[in-house]
Amino acid sequence: MNLDFSQITPYIPFMLEGIWVTLKFVAVALIVGFILGTLLALCKISNIKPLNWFAIAYTSIFRGTPLILQLMTFYFAIPQLTGYDISPFLSAVLAFGLNSAAYISEIIRAGIQAVDKGQTEAAMALGVPYRQMMKDIILPQALKNILPSLMNEVITLTKESALVSTISVLDLMRRAQVVGADIYRNFEPLLFVGLIYWIMVFGLSTIGKVLERRLKVSDQS
Amino acid sequence: MIKVDNLTKKFGNNEVLRNISTEIAQGEVVSIIGPSGSGKSTFLRCMNMLETPTSGKIVFDQQDLTDSKTPVNKMRQRIGMVFQHFHLFPHLTVLENLTYAPLKAKGVNKQVAQEKARELLKRVGLSEKEAAYPNSLSGGQKQRVAIARALAMEPELMLFDEPTSALDPEMVKEVLDVMKDLAKSGMTMVVVTHEMGFAREVADRILFLDHGVLLEEGNPVEFFSQPKTARAKDFLDKIL
Repeated sequence: MNLDFSQITPYIPFMLEGIWVTLKFVAVALIVGFILGTLLALCKISNIKPLNWFAIAYTSIFRGTPLILQLMTFYFAIPQLTGYDISPFLSAVLAFGLNSAAYISEIIRAGIQAVDKGQTEAAMALGVPYRQMMKDIILPQALKNILPSLMNEVITLTKESALVSTISVLDLMRRAQVVGADIYRNFEPLLFVGLIYWIMVFGLSTIGKVLERRLKVSDQS
Repeated sequence: MIKVDNLTKKFGNNEVLRNISTEIAQGEVVSIIGPSGSGKSTFLRCMNMLETPTSGKIVFDQQDLTDSKTPVNKMRQRIGMVFQHFHLFPHLTVLENLTYAPLKAKGVNKQVAQEKARELLKRVGLSEKEAAYPNSLSGGQKQRVAIARALAMEPELMLFDEPTSALDPEMVKEVLDVMKDLAKSGMTMVVVTHEMGFAREVADRILFLDHGVLLEEGNPVEFFSQPKTARAKDFLDKIL
């Protein structure tokens, strides 16, 4: 075994900065994905046919092609087609946000449809308008049911975010590669950021569990 | 108050209701009875447009609910409904269940809504449960909360869809008592029920449905002692 962690010591602050880049990117992509995913889910359960078709086609395209291809497309095709020089960060957020919207929309659709139909009827019978009903009655209950699947999506997104290193965003993964190239040793920096990814995912699952417990308050009998 | 004119409802090719016409006057308590699958619940659900009639009219306060120009949500605010399985909002407390629709659909201010809600909880005997969540209540308590929730909108008409069918036998009475009380206060009520005792004692009129047809209507004394149709007689023989 030829391991020497002392060599990466000077690079540790440089690599740690990647946490912030990764987290920022995951957070923005997640917000985009969640908002868009909710809208798509509402389109999917809507009675208006064109909205259904749009949402179904959208999901089909984003789930049916590789994420790395979508990422490259945004990064390389947008400048070519529009002349706009898109930044790596923006194209990464777009690709990941739009991609996870497709997955999240499926999770939310299933969550909404799992809420007892009686809830909708009770709200309708009280004369509650559709938007209010969705916002206050149906979505909160759906969200509680789908929290575990949603947390899974967050974890997947966090790990998959390493793909953005391919378009030179200086995230955790990219930084490990930079350090590796610098000191001609790859294993140590890779192991180091691997540990950081694991800690981040562990933290996320813990937050998920706490949230789940909190949302169970109304189940107490 | 509400007039049903030639109501027909089909699910696909299955005709669930056939040319039903009747009128319910203000303050009247009407019980709809009949064998299961006779279309009682569907009939009731057409009255507030939870089911869209295939043809015919539902006229409430001179407005045809089946007309696409009628603001159905606004009209539903004036028609309360109580379901067999309660359908309370499980993520809201009892008090919030009562104030939600007045606040969000009717725009009543919070203090007024809460005052009204507490008064109603007192009326159904559940004042001490205002901070509880529905899942911690018994079936009878849930149904009383559901009745109070409907009343919180100050409806002019109350629809009950088998309100005691999902309850344990010992809880039926507490719910029926609330309903009797409500009938006494002059509320217009339409009640789909299997509680013949309630129908006989409280209703002003019985509608007997079979296979989607309104076979017989009349006052309870007459209906229960001398039903006019053989089908009604047969039904009563089986259950009484």
